[in-house]
Amino acid sequence: MVTAGDPRLVQIVALSLRVSLSAAFIASAIGLPLGALIAVTPFRGRRAVIVILNALMGLPPVVVGLLVYLLLSRAGPLGAFGILFTPAAMVVAQVILIAPIVTALARQIVADGWEEYREQLQSLGATRARLVATLLWDLRHSLFTVLLAGFGRAAAEVGAVMIVGGNIDGVTRVMTTAIALETSKGDLPLALALGLILIVIVLALNAGAYAVKETAQRRYG
Amino acid sequence: MVILRWMGLAGALMLPLGAVHADNVFITVASTTSTEQSGLFAHLLPSFEKVSGVQVRVVALGTGQALDLARRGDADVVFVHAKSAEEKFLAEGHGVKRYPVMYNDFVLVGPKVDPAHIAGGKDIVAAFQKIRATQAPFVSRGDRSGTHIAELDLWQSAGIDIGAEKGVWYRDTGQGMGPALNTASSMNAYILTDRGTWLAFRNRGDLAILVQGDRRLFNQYGVMLVNPATHPAVKKEMGQRFIDWLVSSEGQKAIASYRVNGEQAFFPDAEQPGV
Amino acid sequence: MKVGPSHAASILPLCLEAIFFQRGGRDIIDGISAQIVAGPRTVIVGPNGAGKSVLLRLCHGLLQPTAGVVRWSGPDVRNAQQRQAMVFQRPVMLRRSAFANVAYALEVAGYPSRERAARAHEALELVGLASLSGHPARVLSGGEQQRLALARAWTLRPEVLFMDEPTASLDPGAAQEIERIIGAVHAAGTKIVMVTHNLGQARRLGDEILFLHQGRLIERAPTDIFFTRPASVEAVQFLKGELPW
Repeated sequence: MVTAGDPRLVQIVALSLRVSLSAAFIASAIGLPLGALIAVTPFRGRRAVIVILNALMGLPPVVVGLLVYLLLSRAGPLGAFGILFTPAAMVVAQVILIAPIVTALARQIVADGWEEYREQLQSLGATRARLVATLLWDLRHSLFTVLLAGFGRAAAEVGAVMIVGGNIDGVTRVMTTAIALETSKGDLPLALALGLILIVIVLALNAGAYAVKETAQRRYG
Repeated sequence: MVILRWMGLAGALMLPLGAVHADNVFITVASTTSTEQSGLFAHLLPSFEKVSGVQVRVVALGTGQALDLARRGDADVVFVHAKSAEEKFLAEGHGVKRYPVMYNDFVLVGPKVDPAHIAGGKDIVAAFQKIRATQAPFVSRGDRSGTHIAELDLWQSAGIDIGAEKGVWYRDTGQGMGPALNTASSMNAYILTDRGTWLAFRNRGDLAILVQGDRRLFNQYGVMLVNPATHPAVKKEMGQRFIDWLVSSEGQKAIASYRVNGEQAFFPDAEQPGV
Repeated sequence: MKVGPSHAASILPLCLEAIFFQRGGRDIIDGISAQIVAGPRTVIVGPNGAGKSVLLRLCHGLLQPTAGVVRWSGPDVRNAQQRQAMVFQRPVMLRRSAFANVAYALEVAGYPSRERAARAHEALELVGLASLSGHPARVLSGGEQQRLALARAWTLRPEVLFMDEPTASLDPGAAQEIERIIGAVHAAGTKIVMVTHNLGQARRLGDEILFLHQGRLIERAPTDIFFTRPASVEAVQFLKGELPW
């Protein structure tokens, strides 16, 4: 199975990437603007919100999996959508897991950037929505790392996707659940080989992203 | 700007996910880790999918969890091995009818050094009593699975109230069959396992089959359609079709032909069920 | 349509009425009243910690006074914020091209996209950066960045341009170029209000001097009078270099 080009392995790797990248992008679409908004908007209870966000970064995946399962179960409030045991359900669980991470890290980065940009942008008379958009775009190189952190957590996670995906062969089996399964079967060498592939993929993705980021940073300062 | 661009990309990524979901010709089967991890489903399902065009998606859990999943209407068919739990499930109105499909048997595996001196015996109850007497390490699933239920029944037959008498020698792991076997392998402990999972299990270490062939180690599998009257989302036609195929001569032959390391792992008995 | 300073009713004079500003229990601005009128280039000088930069930020609206009123004039007073601009000691450039930095200011100010390109090019032309318009702004030299900051401010045709030590971090050649641009901006009709600790620059660029010391406005005079016949003891000491600056 670990030989390159094995269609089953390719399918599992492709599904892992698709699910976790989707989750990372959706979580970013929510978390980056939200984090930026929290960074540039003074409001009562902001400290409490920040503390809660930081705490949510450590959400136990199994708990998230269980909650999403109860939501998406036929007997649950969103059961009618019928997405339990599909990749979409796995994306939902991963988004819930990593959105707080993306939001909290984005808030920190934007808050630091805001220190530098505040007077200039206020002087130009930018509205709050534009402030958020401008800061997100200008800090894109640093925020890209946040996206990667979210992806990394999503791709490495097993507890939540196991519960809401069901680890169904050919449908919802991803790298981590395949590793868990092979470990269960006592095939430790295969489990380890799959683990190495996962590590290599995450490493390659990070290295590529880092190179892109470095180049862009050198170009744009 | 950047957000829109990212959302576009995310949309492109999401499309294939939607496509998987849109393809609705499938049923969800809640089954046990023993059937999935022994490789039986990988052997059976392609044959059924070919004749029916229905994809079978197997969620493998312990028998107790699999039945709970079906109780919430999240499966169309349950395929498990704990008759008393299955009958309770039927009595609650969650299932339509139980069809016996096949059996295999449990075996008691343990370290070759065999501190409880039970190797080669046929009497499983006597073996359990010796393990208790020597307090040799024993790993239990502890997860309400069919295997766990069978193990608890055997302790009871041995006249041992395991809830009260268990000590450090009795390791309650709360895990699936495979992880529990991994634990037993690393601890050199005794463990009750179904034969199919054991045959497919690779990380055996020093463990070997010590007791087998007792009539009380018989392990019957049954399959049930989840009751569409209670759970309207159940795909009853496709689900029933799968059940009918399993108990048909074609399905029974497919089960009989499955080999793990050259050994037959499951014995079809839909015609003359043992239980 | 957006109009330049000469077409609209003036928002000047700017009236500062007994303004105070406290931070950390300290009076940074300790009761300043003044009127800043159209025309002359106003240069604010004073020793370190006199409150020059804070006063500039109070005028521009980046800070709110703890007491007192900062009031603009005229029928167009509601749009006063859009009629002024500010250049900081350290220019903050967005991570995009020089041209895009200028166009950004126009976009924020609500200029339709078809007008932005021409206006941005004109501003880059004025500061001598037309040939670098496609370069990423953050990799320009310090002097180029400050010229770009001036272009970004000037492209809005502000009636008032505030500047906080615009040449303090620059070498003499770059500073000279900035002074030339400030002259051109003023010649085109923009009121200049500028903080500097460079007395030579104050002498060259200022028409009138506001001398601040310990949060108070000690002296206000035409430039040559301030430098030749300062009226206050503090100003005399300051010009002799006896106050820290």
